[in-house]
Amino acid sequence: MKLKAKLAAALSALALTASAASAEAVKVGMITTLSGGGAGLGIDVRDGFLLALKQAGSDVELIVEDDQQKPDIAVQLADKMIQSDKVDILTGIIWSNLAMAVVPSAVNQGKFYLSPNAGPSQLAGAGCHKNYFNVAWQNDNLHEGAGAYASKAGYKNSFILAPNYPAGKDALAGYKRFFTGDYAGEVYTQLGQTDYAAEIAQIRASGADSVFFFLPGGMGIAFMKQYAQSGVDIPLIGPAFSFDQGILQAVGDAALGVKNTSQWSKDLDNAANKAFVESFQAEYGRLPSLYASQGFDTANLMLSALKVAAPADADAFRAALMKADFASTRGDFKFGPNHHPVQDIYVREVIKEGDVFTNKVIGVALEDHADAYAADCKM
Amino acid sequence: MIREPVLNALILAALLLVPLGALAMDEPFLITLATKVAIFALAGVGLNIALGLGGMVSFGHAAFFGLGGYATGVLASHALNYDPLMTEPFQIEGTTQMLVHWPVALLLSGLAALAIGALSLRTSGIFFIMITLAFAQMIFYFAISWPAYGGEDGLSIYVRSEFPGLNTLDPIQFFAIAFALLALALGFSSLIARSRFGLALQGARQNEARLRATGIGPYRIRLVAFVISGMITGLAGALFADLNRFVSPAMLSWQTSGEIIVFVILGGVGRLFGPVAGAGLYILLEHNLGGLTEYWKLPFGFLLLAVVLFARGGLIGLLAGEKRDG
Amino acid sequence: MSTLLLIEQVLNGLQSGVMLFLMAAGLTLVFGVMGLINLAHGSLYMVGAFACATVALLTGSFWLGLAASLAAAAAAGVLVEVTVLRRLYRRDHLDQVLATFALILIFSEAITFTQKQLTGTSLPMYLDPPALLAGAVSLPFGIQYPAYRLAIIVAGLLVAVGLFLLIGKTRLGIRIRAGESDREMIAALGVDIDRLYTLVFALGAALAGFAGAMVGAIQSVQVGMGEPVLILAFVVIVIGGVGSIRGALWGALLVGLTDTLGRFLLPLGFAEVMDPASARAVGASLASMLIYILMALVLIFRPTGLFGARP
Repeated sequence: MKLKAKLAAALSALALTASAASAEAVKVGMITTLSGGGAGLGIDVRDGFLLALKQAGSDVELIVEDDQQKPDIAVQLADKMIQSDKVDILTGIIWSNLAMAVVPSAVNQGKFYLSPNAGPSQLAGAGCHKNYFNVAWQNDNLHEGAGAYASKAGYKNSFILAPNYPAGKDALAGYKRFFTGDYAGEVYTQLGQTDYAAEIAQIRASGADSVFFFLPGGMGIAFMKQYAQSGVDIPLIGPAFSFDQGILQAVGDAALGVKNTSQWSKDLDNAANKAFVESFQAEYGRLPSLYASQGFDTANLMLSALKVAAPADADAFRAALMKADFASTRGDFKFGPNHHPVQDIYVREVIKEGDVFTNKVIGVALEDHADAYAADCKM
Repeated sequence: MIREPVLNALILAALLLVPLGALAMDEPFLITLATKVAIFALAGVGLNIALGLGGMVSFGHAAFFGLGGYATGVLASHALNYDPLMTEPFQIEGTTQMLVHWPVALLLSGLAALAIGALSLRTSGIFFIMITLAFAQMIFYFAISWPAYGGEDGLSIYVRSEFPGLNTLDPIQFFAIAFALLALALGFSSLIARSRFGLALQGARQNEARLRATGIGPYRIRLVAFVISGMITGLAGALFADLNRFVSPAMLSWQTSGEIIVFVILGGVGRLFGPVAGAGLYILLEHNLGGLTEYWKLPFGFLLLAVVLFARGGLIGLLAGEKRDG
Repeated sequence: MSTLLLIEQVLNGLQSGVMLFLMAAGLTLVFGVMGLINLAHGSLYMVGAFACATVALLTGSFWLGLAASLAAAAAAGVLVEVTVLRRLYRRDHLDQVLATFALILIFSEAITFTQKQLTGTSLPMYLDPPALLAGAVSLPFGIQYPAYRLAIIVAGLLVAVGLFLLIGKTRLGIRIRAGESDREMIAALGVDIDRLYTLVFALGAALAGFAGAMVGAIQSVQVGMGEPVLILAFVVIVIGGVGSIRGALWGALLVGLTDTLGRFLLPLGFAEVMDPASARAVGASLASMLIYILMALVLIFRPTGLFGARP
């Protein structure tokens, strides 16, 4: 039975390429990071996306390419997908700087772009576009949630740190937007920095009652391990990126008990999410991550709109996307006027289930939260 | 063995015919790839003047490539946002004209090369390699943390810059611009190599003592060559910004410096067309191996190693034999 | 700013300097004796970290992992020395840079591939310091300092002393020094120069692997971790004077202290003359460029480094 299905799929794929020009099937180009240090994120987005296509038995033709986390490669792949593959929809980019390189010119060429991860502020505000939809978050959202949580939890004096680059500055600005207390210190670290001894010494001496940090990837792993070893016990708060399913195993005990903010968690209590977590584990043999859930939601959003209209009928397709008529793994999901999500931001705590480090939802930081830039968006 | 001038003509013809064929077959992406080859080759032609003729192993040419790119990026973004570049003491507007971007890119990268070269050329050997790297790293970190032009996020230009009489958004017309500049740079580079200046420069590499004995100071000759080299690489950066309609600090990273060296060596150090052959081979491999496997850098690494160990003259050396002068 | 905080930052600078020394020592030895610029030295550091993390994961013992890191890095070093690098000693710097650049690509992709085959992911690996050195210790004047970082400082200084003894007092050291000054001479004396070179390279590789394992326990163990350290180690040996172990030690401490204290003091310094927000940004930017500025300054005034031979 399985083999038959595979064969049929292969044959239909063959038929599609044979009559590419006349085919009705929609072509989707996914540019994502599959090699190098950030590969874990891209692989999760891709796998989540593929799972949704598979479950729907969709005949969408998906072209996946690796951007190596380099902006110029991403631009080239976008050119190739638009010029030679003639895709209708682009998706997949993980990093804001790559999104800024690709998205504006792609949507200006009339393509649709569905973002499964990056949400730079320019694209949410003055640089928004009718063909750009963000299915993950605006970059500041999780940091805003962290600020709101810190205020609710009664913290009065935060030490905040992030790398010295635009996303880092946005992170601290996002936290400040919702935190009502004072600041014991504010530090910008070097991008790619791996030793945080100097910053941790400052935290120890600062008299803060809470520490907010945004240090994506390996930087966060290094910081948390060094923080745990330093003997400083001021509570940490961060966005979900440093506490994701993939990364937690590398941080180990150092992350236990840390509160982090996320729009998704594997224990969110809704039917779509339960089915997603179960089927993802069955398909790939690992727990899904935040990024996998975003890839899954992005594909389901796209499929829901394709049921109504083809991308060639741009206005109808856009209206169908805007309705967001799909069962999100996050529960409630809708788009704001700038095509960015309006959603709940949860607070999670890192726990250990048997041998596996994972997260559990302990509350809601912000309900039906929209981003701060929507007012600047004139579509 | 093929004679080198014949081989050079073949390489140039291939670079011209591939996009024309692509145009006929309606494969615009191939044209984009060929444009990238031309631009990388231009950057390599620049480096080759320092590296091949002058024997200066610069591990910091990304600085000039990036500065050229930012010249285009900054001017174009000001023009697109209708935001003057400066208002005091007099007003300077941004522009989307390539004919303005290029001189600015040449000037900026030339000045940077003058400053970096003046200081770096006091050293030699591994110290020269490392000090050029150090200057490039300074500019790289500066670009990352300087918020006005996007920092790490880079700067989007949205629309390709304009050239009078041409539609630069059409891939083949933009390729023509890049190809013409490459041809000019190749001609210029060939003139330099044969001029008295070029001979003195090669003399400084091969036998510094003898050059000194003729009363020529190698420092000034090297410095002039380094500045010319930086300017040509800077011009390539300006074109690269327009190709991608985007600039970012990645253009300034030490990996970019490494890649430009790879183009030159893959093709053949000191060979006029070495960078063209090297850039072509690099893009070909990146594109084809990259399509076959996620781990394309593994076979690529082995190939690079084989070139260094067994084919020292690079691609040109392999096809046209050892270089005649030593 | 309290004095205690400043003392703690000096310790931090010392710790980062000591680790850099382990990397720089191998790099400078290989350059001094064989005349080779080895960009792949950072890959040996990565091999050490991965070997330590893998063995620690399988056996549960950090110490076994540490031993494995020495063995694996030395073995990888011997392998590339015998198969590739040996052919490059008499080549010019350009060939060496390119060939070892190729080795970086090969090492990185090979480790990614192996890790993916074994574990199914290419995410960073987990390595924790040994339980013995967990947490913080109290130093005089009430300074709290992580035990593991203190151990790094001690271990690094011990290795430095051992290295000086090895080079200064042993037969092997005499041969190494002789090899630096006159290759033909020691070959004429009947020393097997190929074996000597392999030995020196293995020693340098083991030091890099050791550094990788030690640092892996406080940072993340991932592909690409070697290159930033490699660049810093080059800065160190260029500042110190290429080929000089003493120069590598002083260069490493200078870079470690400049970097750590610069990150800490510059934003505070700028806050005296401008508003806090821009002071933080400007200070952090300048701090990230500081060691390169230091290196450029040293080379402008002493073109062969602080302890380098005068031309």
